[in-house]
Amino acid sequence: MSDSAKPSESRRGFLKTTAGALAGAGALAQTAKGVAAGEAIKVGLVGCGGRGTGAAAQAIKADDFSELTAVADVDPERIDRSLEILDKRHPGKVKVEAERRYLGLDAFQKVIDSDVDVVLLATPPGFRPQHLRACIEAGKHVFCEKPVAVDAPGIRSVLKTVKLAQQKQLSLVAGFCWRYHDAIRGIFEKVHDGAIGDLVSYYATYYTSPVKPMPPATDRPEGMSDTEWQIRNWYNFGWLSGDSLIEQAVHSVDKVAWAMRDSPPESCVAVGGRQIPAHGGNIFDHFEVNYLYPGGVRAFVGCRQQAGCHNENSDYILGTRGRAIIGRRLAPHIIGERHWAYEGPKVDMYQQEHDELFRSIRRGEPLNDGERMTTSTLLAIMGRMAAYTGQEITWQQALESEESLVPEHIDWDAAHEVPGLAQPGITRFV
Amino acid sequence: MRWGRTRILVLLATCAASVGAQQDADERALVESIRERIISTAPAEPGAAYDEAIAGSEISFRMLPIKGGEFEMGSPEAEPERKSDEGPRHRVRLDPFWMGMHEVSWDEYRIFMLRNSRRASDGDELVDAVSSPTPPYVEMSFGMGIKGFPAISMTQHAASKYAQWLSAKTGRYYRLPTEAEWEYACRAGSSAAYSFGTDAAELANYAWYADNAQETYHEIAKKEPNAWGLHDMHGNVWEWTLDQYAPMYETAGEVRVNPLVKAVELFPRVVRGGSWADDAPRLRCGAREASDEFWKMQDPQLPQSIWYHTDAQWVGFRLVRPVETPSVDEMYDAWNSALGLE
Repeated sequence: MSDSAKPSESRRGFLKTTAGALAGAGALAQTAKGVAAGEAIKVGLVGCGGRGTGAAAQAIKADDFSELTAVADVDPERIDRSLEILDKRHPGKVKVEAERRYLGLDAFQKVIDSDVDVVLLATPPGFRPQHLRACIEAGKHVFCEKPVAVDAPGIRSVLKTVKLAQQKQLSLVAGFCWRYHDAIRGIFEKVHDGAIGDLVSYYATYYTSPVKPMPPATDRPEGMSDTEWQIRNWYNFGWLSGDSLIEQAVHSVDKVAWAMRDSPPESCVAVGGRQIPAHGGNIFDHFEVNYLYPGGVRAFVGCRQQAGCHNENSDYILGTRGRAIIGRRLAPHIIGERHWAYEGPKVDMYQQEHDELFRSIRRGEPLNDGERMTTSTLLAIMGRMAAYTGQEITWQQALESEESLVPEHIDWDAAHEVPGLAQPGITRFV
Repeated sequence: MRWGRTRILVLLATCAASVGAQQDADERALVESIRERIISTAPAEPGAAYDEAIAGSEISFRMLPIKGGEFEMGSPEAEPERKSDEGPRHRVRLDPFWMGMHEVSWDEYRIFMLRNSRRASDGDELVDAVSSPTPPYVEMSFGMGIKGFPAISMTQHAASKYAQWLSAKTGRYYRLPTEAEWEYACRAGSSAAYSFGTDAAELANYAWYADNAQETYHEIAKKEPNAWGLHDMHGNVWEWTLDQYAPMYETAGEVRVNPLVKAVELFPRVVRGGSWADDAPRLRCGAREASDEFWKMQDPQLPQSIWYHTDAQWVGFRLVRPVETPSVDEMYDAWNSALGLE
């Protein structure tokens, strides 16, 4: 990395502009206490879909005495299905009494209030800032799925919450799972170690098939409210998912951030649009973002969710003395003056996240992914802002954006209109 | 009887919760109907090779006759690189069958795999009623090539459903080979480490493996076949068999006839033959590999997909067709060995 991009400086700048001075936070902090061996660690799950159920399975596997004691969702059938699967896989560790199966949009608070130690947040990301704040305020450790917000007000809220978690000595692990993957950790360690010289550019691909495609309006059951219809098809609505770049390709964006040592870019430009009928949803199905980092370093992130096209999920990191490649099938490797290929074991990164989280809770040594998870999420949101508006967007602009996608009050039974698809050149930056 | 695909999908979801051993009534009725179609279809001449065309496409594949007979299954204890799960060596007798001359290619398998993505009907109720994969999220060849290349990364369930779909479509009974059938066909009369002998130096004439594959799979049937005309039994991709993996063979009695370790758990099941990613010893006729949950490690959802092993980019399969058409129960088991096991 060039001298002008000294990560530590940029990082400090970022913190200063976001959450105010942190001086003394460490001194004020309570001393973290571990959990005595043999004592149960009670887990609450918020969001019982496929990912939430997966996270719960990993959480109750991560520690000999971790157990699931409370769950929340908006759909009772999903709760039942989730618990049935979990009980089958981890008999004896699912102890969710009927009265601790909470239903509705306020159910997350009931899980938090139900005497759990750890909360797993796996709802659509639009709810995340609110849920995360409630967890940390109540003194709970958290596993927080990615992305952590869908707009800048959400990001600013999460940043405050992250500081609070630090002060309260709580563990906060984010579902940016590649950060817990041995091979990917290995290659980024090499890159940071100078194995490819100074970074020149980063090209990341996230070209896949559609995720949870929007059903046609004719599929909507009679009498179903806008809010329910949107939540049931959450991926297709910006206020719930943040759009495909933020909800899915954020994994690639996160690796870009990692390569740049989690320091922010100066600005970005992007193209994006939608080819597949939106059926009333309002997200794009393709983006290409070009980030400009200090010293002229560039990062390109392309994502597409269309069937029948070239699919790929790879990373090509170019440096002055070599290339680092995270390919589709080969172990991550480096080509150049210093050849290297990952040769360690294949570890389940989803399990690894929880193993490290629960170990930190057990030992009273809090982990906090808060800053980097927020940086990576804002990095993706910034790309969306640039694509939607067609304008160049600076990091500062993105951070200070007043655009709020998530309604202040969400009513399950209410009408709720969403804006149409963004139109680059016409849609204004807010 | 009418077969709505939605109905079948709902059924699959429901029976996922029930006990595995129990047969599902509607699936059984579907298997019965397919069997009736098989019985009413003119049989091929036993002992002759034939080409099977997949209706509605330009694609066909070749089936080679494999005579019934006896062989020694497993590796002798003195064989270099032998592992303990390759024994004890024992006598096996098998009925005649046909076996795919090559591994199932993407050209064949994608017609089935992409049925739901294309919302395509086969224009045939019975065929449409066979459950088929959810649309894949990632491109399943991982950039290694499609036309002429072997299909990979499917679960054993997906491979079995392909066999069922193909059976409904053609009126000929296809299934995965048993482990015994696979080893018998791989050896093609040889009792050595490889079908061509013991010298791994010759392997490159017959197989794609770590030393010559350059970290990717290769087009099917580009290497020399074994003595019975079968290509890529050694290497290219591991091939699914029907059996549950057991760490040693059951050898009670003098000779085991058409043996099969019936699967009662989802993992582990047996794959055979080694792949582009393996070293020579893993390609030996007797070498075995057990499937693992890790093969879908990248799927963060629970339940995980029943169709894809995204992390197993070295697993494929080929099909067999027994000469004798078996009972409904046997067909049901061969096509539904994952049903109800989550």
